[in-house]
Amino acid sequence: MPQTLFDKVWDSHLVARRADGRDLIYIDRHVLHELHAPHAFEKLAKANRGVRRPDLTFSMQDHTIATKPGRDDTTNPEGAPFLRAMREGSARNGIRVFDLGDPEQGISHVVAPELGMVLPGATHAVPDSHACTVGGLGALAFGVGTTELEHVLATQVLATRRPKRMRIRLDGRLADQVGAKDVALRIIAEIGVDGARGHAVEYAGAVARVMPIESRLTLCNLAIEMGARSGFVAPDDTTFSWISGRPWAPQGALWETALASWRHLASDDDAQFECDIAVDCESLEPQITWGTDPSQTIAVTGRVPDPERAPSDRRAAMQRALDYMGLTPGTPIAGLPVNRVFIGSCTNARLPDLVAAAAVARGRRVADGVVAMVVPGSSTVKREAEAAGLDRVFRDAGFFWGESGCSMCAGGNGDRGEAGERCVSTTNRNFENRQGPGVRTHLVGPAMAAAAAVTGRIVDVRRLGEGA
Amino acid sequence: MVPFTRVTGVAAPLIRDDVNTDEITPIQIARSLKPDYAELFFMRRRRRADGSLDPDFVFNRPQFGHPAILVTGRNFGCGSSRESAVWAMLAVGIRCIVARSFADIYRENCLQNGVLPIELGDADADALTRRAVAADGAVYFTADLETRSISGPGGPDIAFEISAADRLRLLEGLDDIGLTLKHDAEIAAFEARVRGERPWQQTAADSRSLKGQ
Repeated sequence: MPQTLFDKVWDSHLVARRADGRDLIYIDRHVLHELHAPHAFEKLAKANRGVRRPDLTFSMQDHTIATKPGRDDTTNPEGAPFLRAMREGSARNGIRVFDLGDPEQGISHVVAPELGMVLPGATHAVPDSHACTVGGLGALAFGVGTTELEHVLATQVLATRRPKRMRIRLDGRLADQVGAKDVALRIIAEIGVDGARGHAVEYAGAVARVMPIESRLTLCNLAIEMGARSGFVAPDDTTFSWISGRPWAPQGALWETALASWRHLASDDDAQFECDIAVDCESLEPQITWGTDPSQTIAVTGRVPDPERAPSDRRAAMQRALDYMGLTPGTPIAGLPVNRVFIGSCTNARLPDLVAAAAVARGRRVADGVVAMVVPGSSTVKREAEAAGLDRVFRDAGFFWGESGCSMCAGGNGDRGEAGERCVSTTNRNFENRQGPGVRTHLVGPAMAAAAAVTGRIVDVRRLGEGA
Repeated sequence: MVPFTRVTGVAAPLIRDDVNTDEITPIQIARSLKPDYAELFFMRRRRRADGSLDPDFVFNRPQFGHPAILVTGRNFGCGSSRESAVWAMLAVGIRCIVARSFADIYRENCLQNGVLPIELGDADADALTRRAVAADGAVYFTADLETRSISGPGGPDIAFEISAADRLRLLEGLDDIGLTLKHDAEIAAFEARVRGERPWQQTAADSRSLKGQ
């Protein structure tokens, strides 16, 4: 019977079916972060249980860590207990920590791919909903809660139900200044924030095929924002050459064996998906969220929508979003004044994201009254960006250039905006109060964010320099 | 895990879709590893922009101060995987959440903590919401996992579906890790087999430090 890629990876990791009907899925790589892991370490110790495979487990310090240059444990005192508990729990259990000061520290979903820990056809678990990011390399990744995290530490398997299969075919060709973020937001706008609930999503089609890996990571990162259990792109030569030579990836003869196996990682021609949809990307424009969930998205050339013209079951939520965002239906989204810009997060803070933002910032200045931050996705990205002179571009333009971490994506380290501020952000969630109480978040891609910073308004990056 | 058989008490209606976990338990700047989860529960939603309590928000109304059952809309618990969004339910006394649907990670977190997640179709959900609003906290509802039914004022019992496995686990308060460890030998056999077939999955090493040795 023809199989989907998902079925192949699931079946090759199925250890047993438990008496209660749950599948035990082996986890090849388990990556932890300091916001949730300390609870699990403590519960594990209380139950007198150890970590089964510390050698396949990695600890990252990302959610609560300060981004200020010269940071140490005391820079963000509220985060210090989490950093310490992570260090101690990891040391007790023999787990490698990518700690503050480590040259390879960073956001787990950025670090694990760039160091080659994530591999095609492998399974991956993180106690974080954006675990799905690494599906960009053809891995099957699961975001889990704290109790499930404890379960994986103790057993190295996840006890779970088989999700349904969904394929999203991305047809056409992306126009200039339109990227993975725009595609992902458009999909969510079309199918809704629960449109992929209960499904493992394979992104396919011409657009996914020509995307570089960093773009595929962005695309998969947002799978959770439509409720997916996981999101991935079948690996291909682009994937293999991207992983080749990364420090934790297999080397030498082992690499050759792995590569031969990875070449079979694709859905069979006649494989069946419970849900199979196509999205035409040919005429896609840069997208931006106007509301308070990622499905409330329009093109930057669009106007704030009118609840009266929407389906009746969406009106109340739309009105709520308009009130929170301080917007009136019919207003062109371009032109709205901006107070704050954040370029960072597991969604859009890899090197090509920073290159795209820097291309806009180069030779320009952050507009008066705008606070603009760039926080690289990892310390490695930061170093590479500095080697390319991007830090100078940003700094000369008046951006803050920070140390790596999750920063203003969830504000867990104290980086956040002020009530009432309009914040243009390359992150993944425009929920109420997420970037600070009362902060009004608009999600965009990195070039659009930089364009907002230098003009002080929401602006169509394609029209920058036209005096638009 | 605390077993779940049935819960009787106030049913609080939160008539919204897509309630996210940032809303249920916001991330605080000043916080500890052991926060007061009851205090975090809808912390920002409880207050208006000027900082005063919003008297219209359901959990600020005196009759819903000690809820046992939450009645809500579609896609409850979407967003972040934070389990605090379930621990906060327990902290205020909620043992059962009735929704039109749940976000996957949130539903799993409920099951892991002895909170009964009930999914109802639109007709039943509409009826229960109307009845919870009409009861206004004055008359109790019961969610019974043994009989798989919700009972309360204003209408007949409402039957709900839940998988036999999830039901049993909640009823007996089974330790999930314990259940899996019964398969310890199979896990070890799997590892041994993969070490031969796909060795790169069973080893993770930094090639730079290997070269240095």
